[in-house]
Amino acid sequence: MNPITELRATTFVLHQDNIDTDQIIPARFLTTTERTGLGRAAFYDWRFDASGAATTHPLNGEAKSHAILIAGHNFGCGSSREHAPWALLDFGFRAVISSEIADIFRSNALKNGLLAIVVGAEEHAYLIANPGIELRIDLETMQITGPNDWHTGFALDAFARRCLMMGVDQLGYLLAQDAAIAAFERNRAA
Amino acid sequence: MNMKTLFDKVWQQHVVVPETQEAPAVLYIDLHLVHEVTSPQAFAELATRGLKVRCPDRTLATLDHSTPTLPAIDGELPYVTDEARHQVATLRANAATFGIELLDFGSGQRGIVHVVGPEQGATQPGMTIVCGDSHTSTHGAFGAIAFGIGTSEVGYVLASQCLLQRKPKTMAINVEGTLRADVCAKDVILHIIRTIGVEGGTGYAIEYRGSAIRGLDMDGRMTLCNMSIEAGARCGMVAPDEVTFAYLKDRPRAPKGDAWEAAVARWRDLASDADAQFDRQVHINAAEIAPTVTWGTHPGMGLSLSESVPNADDAQLAKARRYMGWETGEALTGRAVDVVFIGSCTNGRLSDLRAAADQLRGRHVHPRVRMLVVPGSDQVKRDAEAEGLHDVFRAAGAEWREPGCSMCIAMNGDIVEPGQIAVSTSNRNFEGRQGKGSRTILASPAVAAASAVVGALAVPASPRPERH
Ligand code: SF4
Repeated sequence: MNPITELRATTFVLHQDNIDTDQIIPARFLTTTERTGLGRAAFYDWRFDASGAATTHPLNGEAKSHAILIAGHNFGCGSSREHAPWALLDFGFRAVISSEIADIFRSNALKNGLLAIVVGAEEHAYLIANPGIELRIDLETMQITGPNDWHTGFALDAFARRCLMMGVDQLGYLLAQDAAIAAFERNRAA
Repeated sequence: MNMKTLFDKVWQQHVVVPETQEAPAVLYIDLHLVHEVTSPQAFAELATRGLKVRCPDRTLATLDHSTPTLPAIDGELPYVTDEARHQVATLRANAATFGIELLDFGSGQRGIVHVVGPEQGATQPGMTIVCGDSHTSTHGAFGAIAFGIGTSEVGYVLASQCLLQRKPKTMAINVEGTLRADVCAKDVILHIIRTIGVEGGTGYAIEYRGSAIRGLDMDGRMTLCNMSIEAGARCGMVAPDEVTFAYLKDRPRAPKGDAWEAAVARWRDLASDADAQFDRQVHINAAEIAPTVTWGTHPGMGLSLSESVPNADDAQLAKARRYMGWETGEALTGRAVDVVFIGSCTNGRLSDLRAAADQLRGRHVHPRVRMLVVPGSDQVKRDAEAEGLHDVFRAAGAEWREPGCSMCIAMNGDIVEPGQIAVSTSNRNFEGRQGKGSRTILASPAVAAASAVVGALAVPASPRPERH
């Protein structure tokens, strides 16, 4: 994973609450054994009609030129499929911002370098109302800045942030705990 | 003073390295359940890094999501695609390579991952249990901390038997009083989600408490905990008690002899202390819960069967009304249905099949309706057939299938056609969940089976108790 300290990109707005992982990637695409190439399946049933023809949904149009997804409340609810962030990343999104992001989705997203960021209701309303603006997400200062000095802070788990900024995953950290894990196992067996 | 919750106690017993500001806790995992859909990329990662599975004996795999529910023809299972067949073959190969037990076809123990864990006695009180599947919350019914993880984390647990976790807040949902005779666990959980909302549980571990919960059998408690994730919660739990112990005793993977006695003594201490503090308390009067179904496109859009579709002009409600094809203010009962699905990790256990059969005995499925009954596991199928439930279903005109997830997630070829209305005992009614364009009404087995007979969403008839 590449280290991320900041992201500068424009926003695409999906103003709908409770967008679940079945919308982000329908289950019939989950028979894959790979994690690549899932962008074609992202929001598939919104982007293609029953005959397989592309719809006029903005996800087939302007979305392609924006890398920050502004989504309605409680984004990513539903299943634990990591295929959801894989699909969003492959589709071209680098960040998703909402007023609430479901637990497992957020954890999965951050592990893959998709910035899943929760902002306050007021800031969220501003972002929803102003599609296409350029934002700068700064992991160093934990600030999002926009046009005309608009800015807001956000919270991110300190550990997830460090992993993102260093471009490492958690597995190395866990494997380095081997002695503690072995001691724990011995204690329990005793 | 003892003030710990059930969650606190189990959590504390599994902390390898405590949580700090800088890093989450390293939490030890007792049981890791694996299935074919969310594991291939994790095993591939281990192979790439040259890692082994740290505790194969704490890892148990099964096949459920992509598997056909029709029997083999000439020894060949009718997979929906070659990719699905390949996915199953991949888990088989990974299990062999990494030395993990796989409950495969022919083992007699295969089934939906959240059905087989408990029925094998692998799921036990006080454990930490994870699986690359959000409905892992099911296992919390035994007083375990059980939650779903993503594929990266599946790899972490395979390699280290641990996860990095921040401790969630705790919520007590107290359901006090006596449930109506026509109300079951599915109604209780749909009522709870309707009450606290689909993100009401976000950031929390829920403990279900109160006399109505203690009165549920293990199948009911599993149904309840199963849908904790539909309220956004990290996990759901019920304190282990005599009902739990009676269920587990003599199960194949449960402790035996002296070890059993010692385990039960340990498990008895797990219940929340009398003055345990929860971060949030919710109180629900059991008597107010009616048979409940969903009308909309997320699990929080629940109503009792006697209600009508809301007429508020809220954009989200209007969108759900349009998708589901309801008239504003239309009564729920009487809505014509095309498909009825009995099964899933929510309601695919023996007592669920009995409740459905009770509605069908001596009756017939409406000619308009396709009814599919899918047992949750090989064991459930055997038990159901031993009491003749398959004959009841077949005589009524329903299809009796092989175990699997089937129409709950519709990735094995069992689908609801575009525009069709399904009354389903599963857990998610999202747009297209049961196939592109499918429309789902979530309900209990009794409501689903009653609706199959009427051909429309219906109140269950008084069961005909000729079972025994
Ligand atoms: S039955 Fe449905 S919810 Fe349960 S594990 Fe299978 S797909 Fe998931």
